[in-house]
Amino acid sequence: MIKIEVNGKSIEAQPGEMLLSALKRAGIKVPTLCYIEGLFPSGACRMCVVEVEGQRNLVPSCAFPVAEGMKVKTHSARAVRARKTIVELLLADHPDDCLYCVRNGNCQLQELAEELGVRQRRYTGEKNVYKLDTSGLSIVRDPAKCILCGKCVRVCEEIMGVAAIDFIGRGSETRIGTAFDQGLNISSCINCGQCIMVCPTGALREQSYIKEVVNALNDPEVTVVAQHAPSVSVTLGEEFGIAPGTDVDGVMTAALRALGFDRVFDTAFSADLTIMEEASELAHRINTGGTLPMMTSCSPGWIKFVEQFYPDFIGNISSCRSPQQMMGAVIKSYYAEREGLDPKKIFSVSIMPCTAKKFEAGRTEMSRDGIPDVDAVLTTRELARFIRMRGLDIRTLDPDTADTPFGERTTAGKLFGATGGVMEAAIRTAHYLLTGKELEHLEVEAVRGLKEVKEARVKIGELEVGVAALSGLGNARRLLDEIRAGRKDLHFIEVMTCPGGCIAGGGQPLGADLSAVRARMQALYTIDHDEPVRASHNNPSVQRLYKEFLGEPLSHKSHELLHTNYAEREVVR
Amino acid sequence: MVSSIEIQSILEKHPGARRDSLIPILQEVQEKDGYLSREAIVRIGAHLGLPASKIFGVATFYNQFRFQPQGRFHIQVCRGTACHVKGSARVLDAIEQALEVASGQTTRDGMFSLEVVACMGACGLAPVINVNGDFFAGVAPDEVKKILDTYRRKAADEAQTN
Repeated sequence: MIKIEVNGKSIEAQPGEMLLSALKRAGIKVPTLCYIEGLFPSGACRMCVVEVEGQRNLVPSCAFPVAEGMKVKTHSARAVRARKTIVELLLADHPDDCLYCVRNGNCQLQELAEELGVRQRRYTGEKNVYKLDTSGLSIVRDPAKCILCGKCVRVCEEIMGVAAIDFIGRGSETRIGTAFDQGLNISSCINCGQCIMVCPTGALREQSYIKEVVNALNDPEVTVVAQHAPSVSVTLGEEFGIAPGTDVDGVMTAALRALGFDRVFDTAFSADLTIMEEASELAHRINTGGTLPMMTSCSPGWIKFVEQFYPDFIGNISSCRSPQQMMGAVIKSYYAEREGLDPKKIFSVSIMPCTAKKFEAGRTEMSRDGIPDVDAVLTTRELARFIRMRGLDIRTLDPDTADTPFGERTTAGKLFGATGGVMEAAIRTAHYLLTGKELEHLEVEAVRGLKEVKEARVKIGELEVGVAALSGLGNARRLLDEIRAGRKDLHFIEVMTCPGGCIAGGGQPLGADLSAVRARMQALYTIDHDEPVRASHNNPSVQRLYKEFLGEPLSHKSHELLHTNYAEREVVR
Repeated sequence: MVSSIEIQSILEKHPGARRDSLIPILQEVQEKDGYLSREAIVRIGAHLGLPASKIFGVATFYNQFRFQPQGRFHIQVCRGTACHVKGSARVLDAIEQALEVASGQTTRDGMFSLEVVACMGACGLAPVINVNGDFFAGVAPDEVKKILDTYRRKAADEAQTN
């Protein structure tokens, strides 16, 4: 440890670290716009400039290493004036439409303008005119609101290994866009939405389907059904000022009913169903010499990633549809039959932590006879917006429970919300399917936690299985390259597109730091710890669905409704 | 457009190349073809292991790269200091309006392409433009149409004699 002096007080710093991280630890707030924790500093925005004694110019604290005895002023008149000027210059080429912006009240540029006391447009001039890119099913890009911090570019390339976007042009004409400056829809974008999570302004947002949902709710002839993903109940509360990691499942269900949904189902039910099919598929592949390692198929960003970058691995992807799509399929088949409803008159809405789910729901193979299995996907953020729009206060609603026949879940289905969770749930059920006995110690510690690459050897009866749980597709890229180069010790690989899994998905509340994500994960583990039914094959509703409708896992009917296949996808790579 | 085989032969001159060879390769391809086609960009990306977005980003940073084939008549408008003082901005405007293209673009009929250059070393002729090697000195905005028509007629005459 070394000592540095900041604003007249002595604080501790680690040798070699950047000044900004020492300041953060000491609770000294220096604003940033381009900083991403854990990545190499880009020093692009200059918002974090501070005065360091002996330095002629202001220095960017994100990219300036600490030194023993260094004297720093973080909020000297000069530093504050520089920051204010930067914001004023950014605003000079920014639309004045905050009132109409999706990030109104939740925008870092707006916050800084407020904090720094910007009260007038000091620099006026011609503004760049850009077209809105609404070509994608998941993400909307508005380059006019972009401040060129470059975070989306870095997340897309460095974390996701996708690099769908980059800086184009130079000088005042610099903008961010895809190859050949075309729509996201034909680019290699995998729709994960991590760019939205880091965007300081409204330049990136989800394609919203609230209007479609409202129209369906207003139509008396339509039965509107909701399903909500495992991770949403542990994040939605944050939108209403409730502490991260609080499970608001009951009040969320109550809110969905109050919004007018006729039925509320739990995607964790169909996660259990996924496990029945996927664990059976794994057992089948192991027993019959099928393609291994098998890779999970729940995360639609990952699926598109394989289709376009690693088509030689398509045979490794589980043929199981994701829980969202399994639920969609049984709603418009089993449930429709049971209730005597015309599937055309059912509007199926899913509440997801994810923007890529919007794309998934729009895939042609995810519909039957021209009727999509899922009609609209709302992110956690959109649900929160919808709840506020209707003036509901989730803190005063009485908790409610989800509806039969798809409301009952096990904690294994709930674990799908975090990295390693699908693996853990699958191991519990695969053990039962292969040995006829329940796993003694249900927690599979090796695949728990926020680490982005987790590998383990798991004993299932006599069989030793090599497993890996990955999140953040840059990590998947590295592992796939190893397998291409001949690595053979793995049997089952779980991949979640977003780092940490769905709890940190691209549709989740903005502004969560690592500790919030950790709390969300812990909430899922607590649910798993506290409840009695913890393995998917023990879900009574799932058992009944097989008995009354599907027959058994991997049956003809299951294949028709719950499985799919993928093909190589041509995009601009 | 450069054929796939020609792009291949350029890439083969750079075996095992990495990102630091990107600009020389882009220059070679443009040298051969007059512009960077989409196909070329995607194939260069595959060769270097770089995403197309990155290559497009780098290539658009530099003024030297074009993304549309050159027209039959390539117009260079000087925007150097002397030409600027003598009103080259208005000349450029006039050309852009007459052709309905911006700098770096080519007219739909493939007749004209437009490029802005920094200085042609002919400051005494300011404002100066250059069409396929023909220099026009002291160009006024209202002369632009006449100059363009000369070349249109030239193309039409050639079409008839062929």
